[in-house]
Amino acid sequence: MNFDLSDEQKMLAEQARGLLGERTPYDHLRRLIDDGAEWDEALWRELAEMGFLGAAIGEAHGGLGLTALDLGVISEELGRANAAVPFFSSIVLAAEAISLAGSDEQKARWLPGLASGVVIGCFAASEGPGPLVGAAVQCIGGRISGTKFPVADAGIAHIAVVASGDALAIVELNQPGVTRTRLDSFDQLRAHYRIDFADAVADVMPGHGKVATLLDRAAVQAAFEAVGGSEACLAMGLTYVKDRPMFGRPLASYQAIKHKLADVAVGIELAKSNAYFGGWAVDESADDLPIAAAAARLSAITAFEMAARENLQVHGGIGYTFDANCHFYYRRERMLAVNIGNRAHWADRLIAHVPDSNIAQSAQGETV
Amino acid sequence: MDFNDSPSEAAFRAEARAWLAAHAPAHVLPEGVRLPDTEQAERERVWQRTVYDGGYAGIVLPTALGGRGGSIIDAVIWAEEEARYNLPHGPFTTIGIGMAIPVIGKHGNGEQRARFIEATLKGDLTWCQLFSEPSAGSDLANLRTKAVRADDGSGDWIINGQKVWSSWAHLTDWGILVARTDGSVPKHKGLTFFVVDMKTPGIEVRPIRQISGASDFNETFFTDVRIPDANRIGAVGEGWACCMTVLMGERLGTASHGSRIGELMDYAQATPDGRGGTALDQGHVRLALAEAYAEERAERWFQARLRTMVSRGENPGAMAGMVKLAYARRLQKTSGLAMELRGPAAIAAAAADAATRDLQHDYIWSTVMRIAGGADEVLRNQIAERVLGMPGDIRADKDVPFDQLR
Repeated sequence: MNFDLSDEQKMLAEQARGLLGERTPYDHLRRLIDDGAEWDEALWRELAEMGFLGAAIGEAHGGLGLTALDLGVISEELGRANAAVPFFSSIVLAAEAISLAGSDEQKARWLPGLASGVVIGCFAASEGPGPLVGAAVQCIGGRISGTKFPVADAGIAHIAVVASGDALAIVELNQPGVTRTRLDSFDQLRAHYRIDFADAVADVMPGHGKVATLLDRAAVQAAFEAVGGSEACLAMGLTYVKDRPMFGRPLASYQAIKHKLADVAVGIELAKSNAYFGGWAVDESADDLPIAAAAARLSAITAFEMAARENLQVHGGIGYTFDANCHFYYRRERMLAVNIGNRAHWADRLIAHVPDSNIAQSAQGETV
Repeated sequence: MDFNDSPSEAAFRAEARAWLAAHAPAHVLPEGVRLPDTEQAERERVWQRTVYDGGYAGIVLPTALGGRGGSIIDAVIWAEEEARYNLPHGPFTTIGIGMAIPVIGKHGNGEQRARFIEATLKGDLTWCQLFSEPSAGSDLANLRTKAVRADDGSGDWIINGQKVWSSWAHLTDWGILVARTDGSVPKHKGLTFFVVDMKTPGIEVRPIRQISGASDFNETFFTDVRIPDANRIGAVGEGWACCMTVLMGERLGTASHGSRIGELMDYAQATPDGRGGTALDQGHVRLALAEAYAEERAERWFQARLRTMVSRGENPGAMAGMVKLAYARRLQKTSGLAMELRGPAAIAAAAADAATRDLQHDYIWSTVMRIAGGADEVLRNQIAERVLGMPGDIRADKDVPFDQLR
């Protein structure tokens, strides 16, 4: 037993943190927003060159074949940097979906491009207010019609992995019959789209019923991303309260502030612990995964929510300005809290799998 | 990261599991039954002796001191395997093992280690902690109990004063005691640490009736109690360092208790909600129970991370208080929720209704968990100051000799 990252993973984290720290200063993020940019394309190319995009994609398909925990280390750093890249859409969701549920031919066709960053994927599941995965848009006879929204990063994506109920299909987005409309995204560093399919060609994946596992794995990565974002919030808040004088002494010397940030720190350590176990479970213990993923997801939402809100709060009025940096995380946190299922969704999944109760697999059943 | 056992860990687990399968069932306590204190104490002693005889007591302690000489991970494995059975564990053995042994091991001399550690591992000696006083709780160093040298040249110490919240002092053999030996220096510097035989003349233990109805805690009065210098642990004036050793042991040892959330889920599912469904169909119930379950797991893995740090020789410092901070609040929240779920029936229990009494007990007991071993507010201060590097609170008594305070 060893409950810490390996030395290699710590080096990977350092490497990612070094690059992202240099490339994502807050002024740069502000410029991306002001320019209405879809994404940070230059950074994406650099991440590709470093091998980060293919980290968890099999070696046979041009990746490095590393573990979910290695991928988690990268996710955590992307969350810390609040990077405007489609990593979650293209790597964590689209590439993972194809790895999990695709045919050999589909894998051979798409994974190398996704691993190198030349091809970008997105994940289309939601059909508006309601559950995470809608079921109205179905592929029938290799054709797809209907509307999915919101879909992150669809404007720059070449393919969408479309989820409908338990089914997954690959749809090339540069074809007649696909219309993409940019939405007003709450997370200003992650462009969201509505996709209308009108009898478009869709390539159904054979791995039926893999959606729940895909989402479990994505939940773990989202948890790591949230941990990184939470730590950035805590660090930002700490720097501010240590510098800011108030009534003749640093704001950080007041118990009200100390206790608030101590609670944030505890929340982060708890979330990180569940994320670690979740990352381990993806590769090593499939039986544990549904609970580990749900637990990681719930703890991460709690931690990031507290960290983002209290970071802005301790900044006071300055925290509400565009020039301060709190808003990047405040928006990213809400995006992450709902993008792959809200708390209720994951609470259901956890309760359906609790091993030391009689409930598992009975009354509530599976929820996707 | 590896949540699987290494080959040697797996071998140890198999060995421990087999030994437990052979010895534990005879000692298992009935579920939901609270034994009288004296019987609980006896059962704890007997089980501890059985563990010692089996070679599993004091897993990380050197064999020369009666321990097993194993690793911290071995200790975790042992605790996991032992937790499969509802065994008699509790204050009568854990205070000695988790607090007295570490302080004697670290600050005591060879003679003291030989005298106390193995006897405690065997269950022959039980301990209480004589730290808090009426004016020294969270501000522990504010204590007034005095130890002065006897004027007969014997080197003995004469103790006068009062301790409070001394858990199970009425039933234990020895106490770990911190007392003031020099009032002319600031409060942290004039303290000295002792062990004391609770049968020494001049010690009077008065049980305190608690809000739970039980009397686990006591006031302990010392009137001219004579302690030989051989029972002083560490140097005169260095009692505070000893206290810190004890408190670190206490915090690292505070396990995240399961608080039976799986059972609570079953229970919610068996409770009608009056709308044709069950309490578990209600969103807020599902969410609260799922979040509590997630947090309980997080506490467990976080504790494992701390132990990994310790096994590498790193000191987790104030991070050790994080689990207790989280766990105590979680217990209060979930036991409160459980009472709400039960409805009006939660407020009265028939004789055979152990489940309701358990809920009530957990809810009452959770208040202690948020205070004992460092109140929430003290732990949050420590995390803020020592983990996050925030400024210390203003301490009006800093650098002021103790006898000039107030």
